[in-house]
Amino acid sequence: MSTATPAKTEARSSAVAKQRMRSFMQTAGMLPVLVLLAILFQFLSAYGDTGSLHWEAGRFLTSANLPVVAQLASINAVLATGMTFVILTGGIDLSVGSILAVSAMSALIVATGVNYSVVTIPVGLLVGAGFGLVNGTLIAALKLPPFIVTLGSLTAVRGLARLFGNDTTVFNSDLSFAGIASNFSTPIGDISWLTVIALAVVALAWFILRRTVLGIHIYAVGGNPAAARLSGIKVWFILLFAYGTSGLLSGLAGLMQAAQLQSANGLQLGTGYELDAIAAVILGGTSFVGGVGSVIGTLIGALIIAVLANGLILAGVSDVWQYIIKGLVIIGAVALDRLRNQGGART
Amino acid sequence: MTEARARTPDGVPILEMRNISKTFPGVKALSNVNLTIYPGEVHALMGENGAGKSTLMKTLSGAYQADPGGEIRVGGVPLKASGPIEARAAGVSIIYQELALSPNLTVAENIYLNREPRRGGLIDRGAMLRGSEGVLQRLGAAFTPATLVGTLSIAEQQMVEIARAVHAESRILVMDEPTTALSSRESEKLFEIVRQLRRDGLAIIYISHRMAEVYELSDRVSVLRDGTYVGTILRDEMTPELVVKMMVGRDLSSFYKKSHRFSPDAPPVLEVRGLGDGRRVHDVSFDLHPGEVLGLAGLVGAGRTEMARMLFGADPRSTGEVRLAGKSVQIRSPQDAIDVGIVYLTEDRKAEGVLLDMSAKDNINLMICGKDSRAGILDLRKALQRCRDAIAAMKIRVAGPEITVGSLSGGNQQKCLLSRLLETRPMVLILDEPTRGVDVGAKSEIYRIIDDLAKSGAGVLVISSELAEVVGVADRVIVMREGHLEGEVTGDDIDQENIIALATAATRVSPVAGAAGGFDLGDAAPAGQVAVGHNPGASRPTAH
Repeated sequence: MSTATPAKTEARSSAVAKQRMRSFMQTAGMLPVLVLLAILFQFLSAYGDTGSLHWEAGRFLTSANLPVVAQLASINAVLATGMTFVILTGGIDLSVGSILAVSAMSALIVATGVNYSVVTIPVGLLVGAGFGLVNGTLIAALKLPPFIVTLGSLTAVRGLARLFGNDTTVFNSDLSFAGIASNFSTPIGDISWLTVIALAVVALAWFILRRTVLGIHIYAVGGNPAAARLSGIKVWFILLFAYGTSGLLSGLAGLMQAAQLQSANGLQLGTGYELDAIAAVILGGTSFVGGVGSVIGTLIGALIIAVLANGLILAGVSDVWQYIIKGLVIIGAVALDRLRNQGGART
Repeated sequence: MTEARARTPDGVPILEMRNISKTFPGVKALSNVNLTIYPGEVHALMGENGAGKSTLMKTLSGAYQADPGGEIRVGGVPLKASGPIEARAAGVSIIYQELALSPNLTVAENIYLNREPRRGGLIDRGAMLRGSEGVLQRLGAAFTPATLVGTLSIAEQQMVEIARAVHAESRILVMDEPTTALSSRESEKLFEIVRQLRRDGLAIIYISHRMAEVYELSDRVSVLRDGTYVGTILRDEMTPELVVKMMVGRDLSSFYKKSHRFSPDAPPVLEVRGLGDGRRVHDVSFDLHPGEVLGLAGLVGAGRTEMARMLFGADPRSTGEVRLAGKSVQIRSPQDAIDVGIVYLTEDRKAEGVLLDMSAKDNINLMICGKDSRAGILDLRKALQRCRDAIAAMKIRVAGPEITVGSLSGGNQQKCLLSRLLETRPMVLILDEPTRGVDVGAKSEIYRIIDDLAKSGAGVLVISSELAEVVGVADRVIVMREGHLEGEVTGDDIDQENIIALATAATRVSPVAGAAGGFDLGDAAPAGQVAVGHNPGASRPTAH
């Protein structure tokens, strides 16, 4: 209406800057925590070995250890990426650990007959995607609550994983796709292909979420399903895609795990993984109610969890305390995030 | 209705607010506002959305702390260290639009919430029921204290809130737009209660957009504008023109723009035949011509929104045929409707319209980004261009394309939502309450946009509960009543009286009661009265 006064222009640019800051914090908000933890563990690992806090004596920030941390984070990062899609739609997928197990079992069992990667890898992926689509269908078509559906499949699919292997451990020391768990050397140290796969998955997910129509629709469905529907978005398709992707990536994670272990046990493989995946997503700043979040945050979240696991071992902390500390860090980090965002939060 | 009103305030004020300012980071929401209220008066507080009414009331209730320098005195005693508890103890009760009751507790439990009578450390239920009974009887409630609040109607729940305030011996009762969710009969009942409370000596601050209500109830009116106090007038001095002028600070005589022309002889762009679901909507048939703004009026609950949603494919229908530009179209989902060129602007912007956490750019491009994309990949440059164009064309006040829509005002949110629809270049637009919750400035801009749309040849169906708005924008008005299409008003016959006659048909009540109901009528007060805030400056437009 009127021409902008200097004051108005200033207010406007400060609003833009604030918005930029906020979305940056949303994505990278946990990055400082990750860096702080890494520095902390560098000192603590030195203390564990030498009894003094010598930076140089630390074993955490070394070219031998960092690739280990990255590899440690890779399977969770893949699961958490799938989980990010689901949580962005306002849902939850509790069945990822079980789907991981059933996919790994399927691939290993098929490999005992036809040990070709062109067969076994698609089997693992398709089994995962299949169970994800079942979840998605129940949620999208029958409008059942995601928590209940995936809680059910958490148990049922776990049972299937055991059934497939007659409740035994399936071994295959000559697995055709075992190579994906091997390392290749680079100037900065030996890096696992698992790490590369995880990074590729995160990059692809980022592209889908930020650069495609599908991504916009996922955010829209999570932010306001009714508005999304009135805007002509096929909400059912978006839900099916999110749960299908979560299943597919669980299948991929199953293959990664099977390649690592060259064996699979329907009872134990992947138990509790869903919680680490959810923790990574939440640490990454994705909102539990949907519509807000990013997969880059999820990657940072997965790294924080891996840094904790690896760092606490290097620092010589006992297994029992590792659990307690991990839990507290997750709560503390999210609480910190809340406090920090309170100022800018929409009321 | 025989009480002498416009009493000149005398005696000792019960509430004095002096130099109240409230600064939020970056925004001065209130600046040196003064308000004096006397016992036994109904004091209307008016102003556009964002004028600071709610903020002022929140500083009174202790929800906000006023900036230093201001003073609030209740009954002559300064309200210090004010928080909600202190304010309540001083006798201030507020009934918000969103009622604050616990639905799973009984009426008595809600009335006594936080003040439960005890006997030997346990809650004394008997005393609670007896105490509540007395208050409810005084207010003429038709339900018992043992009723679960969740089972009561909105009007009854409001009565529980009033009972709670009365029972807590409040001296000042603030009511924030209490009639928005009430039927006309319920509103009449509420007015009775308000009058009774006034007789009992309570001071009532009554926030409302509806001129007729304010005129009927209040003794004095105070007006806020842009966070500042404009003035207070006695009821006798009150004219709609004066109040509007105080509220908007400028003359809005050319509020409605109708520069488009349409020819009723052109073949209709939309033909609806026998639309219905057998329950809420029955056998609705009408035509919409290109370049026409067709008003759809009716009381709340007449089935207007239901019909529109069925037409748009958002809700299932059992009968009916829709023809677009002469061709029969199958619409089973919103997506089908959008694909053929029909779009729908929801009446509930927050619940099913804007994506509050997403940027203005994403909101505006939500529907069109699929068409702009190549192989599903977004055309970011085009999206940005569309957003910038829309911001310019719609005069959306937003700092930049990446700003989240949740931080914008209602009017700017609505413009973003409208832009989203317009980007698809629809042939038919169904606009359901297009100016609800929008301030006066944005309102006139939305009217301009509607006019422009008609000029460009689109068919526009405008559903509105504001009669003045329907009369102001529409070339022709169809009226629904109880799920049926009751009739049509055209040309020079388009006025509020004719529409309300159709809308209420058999159950015609006094104009005042009608005013308090679904409509923001204006005919309770002398000529040309309108519901200020929603449709200021409205006068009957010259027929096209």
